Amino acid sequence: MSDKFIVEIISPDQTILKQETNEVIIPSFEGQMGILNNHIPLITFLRPGIVTIKAEVEKKYYLEEGTVEFSNNNLLILTSTAKDLDHLDKSKINELLRKAEANLNTQSTDKERYVASYKLETLKEISQ
Amino acid sequence: MPSLDDLKKRIKSVKSTQKITKAMKMVAAAKLRKAQESAEKGRPYSQKMQNIILNLTKSINDPQNAPKLLVGTGEDKKYLCVVLTADRGLCGGFNSNICKLAKTNFKKILGEGKELNIITVGSKGHDQIKREYGKYVIKKFSFKDKKNISFNEADEVGKEVISLFNQNKFDKCIIFYNNFKNVITQIPQAQQIIPAETKNLKESNGENFSYEFEPEEDEILEDLLPKNISTQVFKALLENAASEQGSRMTAMDNATRNAGDLVDKLTIDYNRSRQASITKELIEIISGAESL
Repeated sequence: MSDKFIVEIISPDQTILKQETNEVIIPSFEGQMGILNNHIPLITFLRPGIVTIKAEVEKKYYLEEGTVEFSNNNLLILTSTAKDLDHLDKSKINELLRKAEANLNTQSTDKERYVASYKLETLKEISQ
Repeated sequence: MPSLDDLKKRIKSVKSTQKITKAMKMVAAAKLRKAQESAEKGRPYSQKMQNIILNLTKSINDPQNAPKLLVGTGEDKKYLCVVLTADRGLCGGFNSNICKLAKTNFKKILGEGKELNIITVGSKGHDQIKREYGKYVIKKFSFKDKKNISFNEADEVGKEVISLFNQNKFDKCIIFYNNFKNVITQIPQAQQIIPAETKNLKESNGENFSYEFEPEEDEILEDLLPKNISTQVFKALLENAASEQGSRMTAMDNATRNAGDLVDKLTIDYNRSRQASITKELIEIISGAESL
């Protein structure tokens, strides 16, 4: 039996990615989560972070939010903010980073602060 | 009988109108391809979103505590209608069809003695609706200056709807838009988005998974439902954009053809009266020569 499954990343205006993969790591709301095939059916949502798709070529996407469903060996990531890391240039990252920094202190609830701090952290990680 | 000169002028003016409609048809055809493409690309997202919500709904055991966005307020008194139309005219019955459908619904809602609020998206729809239902319109959106509709615009509308819902301004929300079937057929549609229509949900395949939720399912629903509203609005906007171009293309194609027919008819008239005047002159000359 193959140990592959299908991963799809869909944004409101297009299907960004659909391919077979061995493993996907997603930044789930409560922490990083690795998904292999035959995972139990799962629904969760994401915090800002990086999705890593491990196939022959490893692919990374930055995203700010999203919803994930896994069923029947089909991983579905719905997000409106996914960006391919290979095609994201430095200036854009820095701009996002500046905005995130400015945003961090204006959040009122714990949840918002949590999301904002992860956003900042991820962006810092990318910009290095 | 119009004079030769009049006919000539009319032929010329019809011909230049034809040129304009032909150009508009061509532009619409080019835009249609793009709009259709993005409508088709946008479909999976909204479908899958619906699917996830369906799966989540199935696993809710306690409808009393389910989020209000999903099950509604339990009342049926106040309605919010979102009418999505185009910003430009000259696209056949496109705008009128949506408005007609919306107006029949307004009449029904008001006839039942319920409260009505209207949000219009697109200036053409606003113009048509404000004549009769102006006092019910609480907000209007227009994305005239936007070249392509992106998710942000839909999100703007979606957030407005949700904030009104949170202020308890309405119990049910219906959106009106044209569903793009193909270039010649666009079907005006009324879709209820709050509370989420569950009758479609039941019809879908009965696969039932016991999902693992992380975090808890109500938290996921709380995150997902507002997003779903925006997604549905976005879907409607995309379908509308494609429909608008399709509708304009057929309308302009018809106009071009009609102009062609008109030119043919006028040309025959023109030739006939030219011939008549020549014949008349000939008769005058001949009878003048005979009398000599």
